Amino acid sequence: MAAGEDGSFIHPMDQFLVKPLFISEGNTGLLTITNSTLWMAISVAAIALLTITGTRGRALVPTRTQSVAELLYGFVRQTVQDVVGDEGIKYFPYIFTLFTFILFCNMLGMIPGSFTPTSHIAVTGVMALTVFVTVTVIAFVKHGTHFLMFFWPMEAPGWLRPILCVIEIISYFVRPISHSVRLGANMLAGHAVLKVFAGLFAMMLAGGLGALAVLPLAGMVGLTALEFLVAFIQAYVFMILTCVYLNDALHMH
Amino acid sequence: MEAEAAALLGKYIGAGLACLAMAGAGIGVGHVAGNFLAGALRNPAAAKEQTATLFIGMAFAEALGIFGLVVAMLLLFAV
Repeated sequence: MAAGEDGSFIHPMDQFLVKPLFISEGNTGLLTITNSTLWMAISVAAIALLTITGTRGRALVPTRTQSVAELLYGFVRQTVQDVVGDEGIKYFPYIFTLFTFILFCNMLGMIPGSFTPTSHIAVTGVMALTVFVTVTVIAFVKHGTHFLMFFWPMEAPGWLRPILCVIEIISYFVRPISHSVRLGANMLAGHAVLKVFAGLFAMMLAGGLGALAVLPLAGMVGLTALEFLVAFIQAYVFMILTCVYLNDALHMH
Repeated sequence: MEAEAAALLGKYIGAGLACLAMAGAGIGVGHVAGNFLAGALRNPAAAKEQTATLFIGMAFAEALGIFGLVVAMLLLFAV
């Protein structure tokens, strides 16, 4: 908790409040535009801007924008190819969409005063649940009821199989939870820690410990760099886990 | 009133205890990264293809630590 200039208190968790933008607090409904909606829309607009301007020129010697767009495309495509194989290329657009959306939401959330939609379990939960349902449907379409053998490990000795089966089923259904909570909690915790350090800095300044206040400031600079790394890595991890689940569905171990 | 204060105390102690999950996650992520580095220095040629596996391993190790955060959050705000 940091005391502002006018004596107001800023709680580290205040940044995660979802607020309606154009109407008063009382008349919110299902379709109310909130700051979360706004920043998701900004992310989508930024992605569209990058990919559209990046592919417009189609120059042999790419411009900077084209290079970035090509790098992003090639990176995701290579990952899908490596983890899932040639069969996975069919699902590449979906994975590319997920990755760029999460990456841009995370990165734009690093702008001071902005809002990070991916720090909310509601947002990541929907994405993870969609991945879970999609992957399960793909598996059943491809393998039919034979997919249920996925939970019955044939390579284990006979008496161990029922126990392993229970474990496999639990670990399968816990996937959407860990998938969503990982991204959401990482973003939540990182941003909260940044604000805690900022609050410490402000408190030390207000308390007259001017020279010592450099310490939390330096810590914050380092943590900000770390947060940029985490923003990328978490988007990457979300994508790669989607690829792993897809691989399980297509090839069954 | 007394019972309420005791419940609050229990909440905060529980949330603090949930932070112990960080120790486990730290050990896990350290193991993954350390073993990857050991293997990568032995055979640097094969290291590049295994970075994806490294991140998957890290993500799994880290997820369990994050469940600790979720428990702390639930204790503080939901219980």
